[in-house]
Amino acid sequence: MARADRPLSPHVGIYRWQVANTLSILHRATGVFLSIGALVLAGWLISVASGYQAYARVNEWLMGPFGALLLLGWTFCFFYHLCNGVRHLGWDIGLGFEKERARRTGWLTVAVSVVLTLGFWVVAFGSQGS
Amino acid sequence: MAEFRLPSNSRVQQGKTHKAPASAVNVRRFAVYRYDPDSGNNPRVDTYEVDLDQCGPMVLDALIKIKNEIDSTLTFRRSCREGICGSCAMNIDGGNTLACTQAIEDIGGDIKIYPLPHMPVIKDLVPDLTNFYAQYASIKPWLQTRTPAPPDSERLQSKDDQELIDSPSACILCACCSTSCPSYWWNSDRYLGPAALLASYRWLVDTRDEATGERLDELEDPFRLYRCHTIMNCTNACPKDLNPARAIGEIKQMIALRRL
Repeated sequence: MARADRPLSPHVGIYRWQVANTLSILHRATGVFLSIGALVLAGWLISVASGYQAYARVNEWLMGPFGALLLLGWTFCFFYHLCNGVRHLGWDIGLGFEKERARRTGWLTVAVSVVLTLGFWVVAFGSQGS
Repeated sequence: MAEFRLPSNSRVQQGKTHKAPASAVNVRRFAVYRYDPDSGNNPRVDTYEVDLDQCGPMVLDALIKIKNEIDSTLTFRRSCREGICGSCAMNIDGGNTLACTQAIEDIGGDIKIYPLPHMPVIKDLVPDLTNFYAQYASIKPWLQTRTPAPPDSERLQSKDDQELIDSPSACILCACCSTSCPSYWWNSDRYLGPAALLASYRWLVDTRDEATGERLDELEDPFRLYRCHTIMNCTNACPKDLNPARAIGEIKQMIALRRL
């Protein structure tokens, strides 16, 4: 077994960031951020149930610059986590393990999530204006 | 648990620089991890300037040149120098690979060389692979049978049967894959890691092996198998171009399908 006095070689600090491992940690990070978002969503629903004033206060904060930035973040996290989840489903049935293919589906996942996020906000803003 | 910070005895310090002779034209800098167990000091990174006009094409050639001509205390494992023994596995330019098959010209800038990541270091670029080998032994890497052997012949395979094990049998146990895997970094005490799982896969798909059920029973565990989150560092690192990530994915499928 490992002797306590032996040093541990450097790991996460020296390993090269590639598409595969970057997107993998991003999947974890977006999952964590979405869990926090679920709490905010629950808080928003509680405010709906608590009456007009509470709802207006929460809504005002969410529509402010910081709130809107968080909402934008949550929509991207939602779409990225969803798309990369589909990628994981492919792996679960044995598809897409080739190095080059995994790299391409990775970039595709990022592109599709950005497009879906922007599309979602365009539609949401459009319907708010009308 | 994931411990991102190195323990205090492992933090790397700035080391010495060995300058190339003034006459050298084609000079590259090699930044190499050094640890001397007898000194009591922390590890350090020494920099060696190497004249590539007087050096072979691979990173291992440069390491051997450094040891022969600049600093004989530099310690590393090497044997075949042609990518079949797996001894010179190390972290080069941020990725795990074999020093003997990694061309110097394929790397831009200074060439950073560390031991395989998140391993106990015996000296310089030599990691302690005891746990890695024990994990390999734990998957029982040999043919297990229940039926008696044919009296007058070997257990025969078709060509297709053989092709199933061609690729996973090509593993040289260099440990590049396992030590590239963040799940293995954080859980190597309980997660078998890509190399041992690829080896297990090699016996799971062997049509002569008759212990498939027992092998899967051993692997069906939240840690031994399922710490794999398909990060794919293993497949990207493998110097033999094997695909441990796919093998692990197929083992997960075998376990899922046998429940149906």
